[in-house]
Parts: sequence; structure tokens; C-alpha cells
Amino acid sequence: MPLDQSFVGRTYPPTDPYEVGREKIREFAEAVGDTNPAYTDPEAAKALGYADVIAPPTFVFSITFKAAGQVVEDPQLGLDYSRVVHGDQKFAYTRPVRAGDRLAITSTIETIKSMAGHDVLTVRGEVHDEAGEHVVTAWTKLVARGEDEEA
Amino acid sequence: MTAKVQYADVEVGTELPAQTFPVTRATLVQYAGASGDFNPIHWNEKFAKEVGLPDVIAHGMFTMAEAIRVVTDWVGDPGAVVEYGVRFTRPVVVPNDDQGATIEVSGKVAAKLDDDTVRVDLLVKSAGQKVLGMSRAVVRLA
Repeated sequence: MPLDQSFVGRTYPPTDPYEVGREKIREFAEAVGDTNPAYTDPEAAKALGYADVIAPPTFVFSITFKAAGQVVEDPQLGLDYSRVVHGDQKFAYTRPVRAGDRLAITSTIETIKSMAGHDVLTVRGEVHDEAGEHVVTAWTKLVARGEDEEA
Repeated sequence: MTAKVQYADVEVGTELPAQTFPVTRATLVQYAGASGDFNPIHWNEKFAKEVGLPDVIAHGMFTMAEAIRVVTDWVGDPGAVVEYGVRFTRPVVVPNDDQGATIEVSGKVAAKLDDDTVRVDLLVKSAGQKVLGMSRAVVRLA
């Protein structure tokens, strides 16, 4: 059954703040094999004009996707998560995420489309710091495969 | 923010240094832990095959993280990235051997925009096939 269009524009309450730790950034940078010193060395980050180490561009996805769980698991929306694949991902940055940030995510259902029997849902996650300033927006497009496609 | 590439020095068509990134099963386990994405399609061959995949596949977000390194290594300052988006068009299949898979990334300047920014289009391939579509970054140069 197609998803209910009336959910478009629905905004979920902001998450409790996620505190970005230096060692979590290091762990992520190591996992992707990225040795840029701005991720691990506070002095190198300062030389670039940042107060502390910054996170790789896609780091914030872990936080925004967890926040999008409110949408994905909303029983009223009724998305069958076992059929969902990640279609597109986009970020628009005001500034990089950095260690010490306390980030709150506000998720909104931006679009719901039905294409060739698939439900396509775009969730926008607005990321703000403790001062309420915008840091980054993440758009996650999820595609729920139609039931008739089951092999 | 201090990019090491000057806006005046690039033109449409300027190529960024291409890079190749290895990915093995061990890489995926490490990425799962660091990112918190423990979907078994990224580490459990039996499960992956049961859901119709040829084998274990890399996290799309892992591939996305590797691809942008061509841009961040070029400009030096990762905070110079203003926008970054991709479409996940084909999985990176990671066999259970010492070799794993490789992700090949090249990029070139596709447009010069306002405020010293440029759009870089990335070409991301594995096993000879394109794995990301619409892979684009906007980056602020010096």
C-alpha cells in the first residue's frame, strides 16, 4: 500500500544532543583510512582555523540516520523497513562538525513518491549546535521496494 | 577555512588526482563499528545471499566517505566542502579473500560557481562498473 501523502512536511521533535568526541572522530577517520591531520590533531585543525579537530564530511550521517529512525519507525507511517534501501544521500554544510559539538537533529519528511511500485521517501535532517546555529543539513532518500518484486 | 587550491588556478575540466581505495571484509567490520551500521549484508555472506545479493557488499556510506577523499586531499581542508551528494546505483561487492575489492575515484571540475566555489563531479567505480551516480561536491577554494 502506498505511503500516506499527508505525512509530507511532518517534522519530528529534535533529538537529545549528541556530543561529538575527538576519539569518535578518530575512530571514524581510521575506519575510512583517512589520515588527514585535521581529523586527529587539534593543532593541525587550529592551523586551518578550527577550534578543535573536525569530522570527515560523511561522519554526521551516523547521527542523522539514527534520528531518521523516528520517521522510519513511525507506526503511523507504516514503512516496511525490511524492504528499504538507501537511494541517495546529500549534505549541505554551513561549517564542518567538530569535537565538542552538541548536535540536535530535527527530521522532516520532505517528499513521498510512488515510483514503479516503490515508495520513495526523502527525510531531511537539520543539524544544529548547542547555540542553535545551523551546522549541516542531510537529505536521505530511502526506497522501499514494492512487494511484487519479491523473487 | 584554508583551501590550498586557488580558485583562479582551476578551470572547467581541471582533473583532481585520482585515487584507488582498497576494501576488504576487515575494512567493513571496522566501518560497521565506527559508524554504528551493523546491517548484516555488510559482513554476513549467508544473510547477504538470502536477500538476493551476490555476496557481502560495502556500506554505501563507506563508498561515499572514500569518494570525497579525492576532493578533501586536493583542497587539504575538509571543511572546504560546502555540499556533497551521491546516488547509490550499484553495490561494491566484497569477496572473502585477501584482495577484497577496490574503489576507483576520479574527479574533475565541472563548473566554476560564485564565492570562490567550484563543482567537482566524481566518477566512482568498482570492478569496472560505476557504483555511484550523480556524485557531486561543491567546494570552496582559496
